Amino acid sequence: MESQIEKQEYNITVYTENQIGLLNRIAIIFSRRKLNIESLNTSPSEVNGIHRFNIVITETEEVVRKVARQLEKQIEVLKVYYNTNADVIWQEMALYKVPTDVIAEQVSVERLLREHGARAVVIRNDYTVFEATGHREETDKLVEVLQQYGLIEFVRSARVAIIKASDGFHSKLKEFEQREPGDEVVENQYLNNRDKVFTM
Amino acid sequence: MDTLEIQKDKTDAQQAKAVATLTGSQILLNGLIAEGVDTIFGYPGGAIMPIYDALYDYNDRLKHILVRHEQGATHAAQGYARTSGKVGVVFATSGPGATNLITGLADAQIDSTPMVCITGQVFAHLLGTDAFQETDVINITTPVTKWNYQVTDASEIEEVLAKAFYIASTGRPGPVLVDITKNAQIQMAEYFGYQKCDHVRSYKPKPEIRKSYIEQAAELINKAEKPFVLFGQGILLGNAEQEFKAFVEKSGIPSAWTILGAGAIPTDHPLNVGMLGMHGNYGPNVLTNECDVLIAIGMRFDDRVTGRLDKYAKQAKVIHLDIDPAEIDKNVKTTVPVWGDCKETLPMLTELVQQKTHDAWLQKFRDFAQQEMDQCIDAEINPKEGELSMGEVINQLNQLTNGDAVIVTDVGQHQMVACRYAKFNNTRSNITSGGLGTMGFALPAAIGAKFGAPDKDVVAVIGDGGFQMTLQELGTIMQSKVDVKIIILNNQFLGMVRQWQELFNDKRYSFVDITSPDFVALAKSYYIDGQRISERNQVKDALATMLEHKGPYLLEIMVKKENNVFPMVPQGCSVSEIRLK
Repeated sequence: MESQIEKQEYNITVYTENQIGLLNRIAIIFSRRKLNIESLNTSPSEVNGIHRFNIVITETEEVVRKVARQLEKQIEVLKVYYNTNADVIWQEMALYKVPTDVIAEQVSVERLLREHGARAVVIRNDYTVFEATGHREETDKLVEVLQQYGLIEFVRSARVAIIKASDGFHSKLKEFEQREPGDEVVENQYLNNRDKVFTM
Repeated sequence: MDTLEIQKDKTDAQQAKAVATLTGSQILLNGLIAEGVDTIFGYPGGAIMPIYDALYDYNDRLKHILVRHEQGATHAAQGYARTSGKVGVVFATSGPGATNLITGLADAQIDSTPMVCITGQVFAHLLGTDAFQETDVINITTPVTKWNYQVTDASEIEEVLAKAFYIASTGRPGPVLVDITKNAQIQMAEYFGYQKCDHVRSYKPKPEIRKSYIEQAAELINKAEKPFVLFGQGILLGNAEQEFKAFVEKSGIPSAWTILGAGAIPTDHPLNVGMLGMHGNYGPNVLTNECDVLIAIGMRFDDRVTGRLDKYAKQAKVIHLDIDPAEIDKNVKTTVPVWGDCKETLPMLTELVQQKTHDAWLQKFRDFAQQEMDQCIDAEINPKEGELSMGEVINQLNQLTNGDAVIVTDVGQHQMVACRYAKFNNTRSNITSGGLGTMGFALPAAIGAKFGAPDKDVVAVIGDGGFQMTLQELGTIMQSKVDVKIIILNNQFLGMVRQWQELFNDKRYSFVDITSPDFVALAKSYYIDGQRISERNQVKDALATMLEHKGPYLLEIMVKKENNVFPMVPQGCSVSEIRLK
């Protein structure tokens, strides 16, 4: 029951049709409930024509489950999953712009960057742009470090996450395209796990 | 017109061979006819002119009712949908025409009413330029529609319209809006004949039924000693009245209704124990917290039904039958979820439940009903002296209509009184704004209700406040000769808010004192007959005169100014704390 009461980061994966206006339809499900979206990424999925949203929010399991149901109710949404960080492989990418002269003068910077798995994307006379990919703490840590060396600009991407237990969407889509879909499509992971959540 | 040919040659047309080149507007109107639409409620304007121009030639096949405000069109379409079970259709222009639809869309969304609204939009090349009468209709209506779509090319119209009707009418129904830019209405496109939509890959109208949950539900019901059924509009929307009746009659379970579930089984049915919720009946509210198994069918545990949630049916195992997965566990935690269309799940459940009666348990409801009658109802429906009460009017009306009329109500005290005391023999005969509580709903909804059920008496019961919100629709009644009977229960107050101010705000009557025009004279100015009464001995005759009158009629009845609707579950209280006075 604890997971239902305690807030934690959830990764919501939304498979959708590619339709104008859908981003708004999805966003207002969160804003209507005054839920803050911490990170939102849209991208193609492994299936041609199917888009995938990765949304991160910090909430209780109960709130996330209800939001997931509301999301899945939208006409152009095919399927919604929500997972804790433990259930996904996730990455965020960050770019750091620092003055080139500082880097050139201080050898330690280069070592530091290597330690953080960063690499140079652009090197110019006036500035250099590094890129690092990893978890939030990792990219944050590098910000801290680079502040000392005159960090000019920093930006981090939305989170992308892959569900550890997922078999991908190809087979599911086939079920969706059938007139009489199977259990799995009609729903739902939650029903399957229901015994773990509630007892009679 | 070559469009007539198209209808006949539909099968040939489906062989993917263009049979004609039509304008987008003509394609739209052909599509509406193919969807079985006979009535459209609308109002023309600049951006929808090409559609209205085409409509000029379709006048023999599509009846268009000119309303007096676009909000009226939406409520009329809702009334039509509720009585007929068909999809209500609305036309409106861009900008202000479209924004005037919002209230009706929101009402239809929360009350699951199937509706398709067609709005005109500025030319596609003007989108985003702040053109004359341009508003971002798609984004404005997104939160209040089940689906919406902007068409910018005539070739899209047929497919989008088919999708719109499919989505609006299937699964949990709801409003759909299709915004069509003016260029798409004018543009010529090849027309292949209309093909209805029966599948949208990303949309599953009905969740798959899981037999194991039906079995678990039946087991709980069979073991139950004090089972209690709560039923809502889902029964009506699923056309499952017969299936529902068979279920309660076999299982012998006392059943209570939400406001929109009224009429799913007749008021007089021995297992119908009354209305749920804030102004519902005494027994159903109190016994919700005593039953051992609660079976909710096609209802959504609205806060007006549950009162305080953390004290709601905590002792009971909950079985929830609903077509919408998002409703399960939304407000009340379910022990057994029975997802699916209740037209399919109810017979499966009926088969597994034992034939039973619950006489002692049912008697408890009857005892509470008697208590309620003695302490509350009798004074409301049979007062001997003093000013008229709303309840006695409804009671008299029952005797004249025998419960066979369609009763359309607005929002407020009169709504609660009408829903409590009106007799409903038939399904689809209680038309009211449940979830949204839209004042001004009743007059336009009654117009639509009459078109949806032309053979029924349609009686709109409206308060003096709500009537003044949409009274311009008297013009529609006049012009389209709509035979609706209007009862204004005039207490010279915004009564429900006044009641709350009396009970909870120390009688600080803040802006609830409302004056009215001479309603009878107003009706007369629209050539609608009517009269005003205020005496007890006039009520029966006046109601009879109204019902016998050919054509629309307005009866204003002056009722007690400061009367309260009881019983009442005060806000923030548990259902078992319901007050009889």
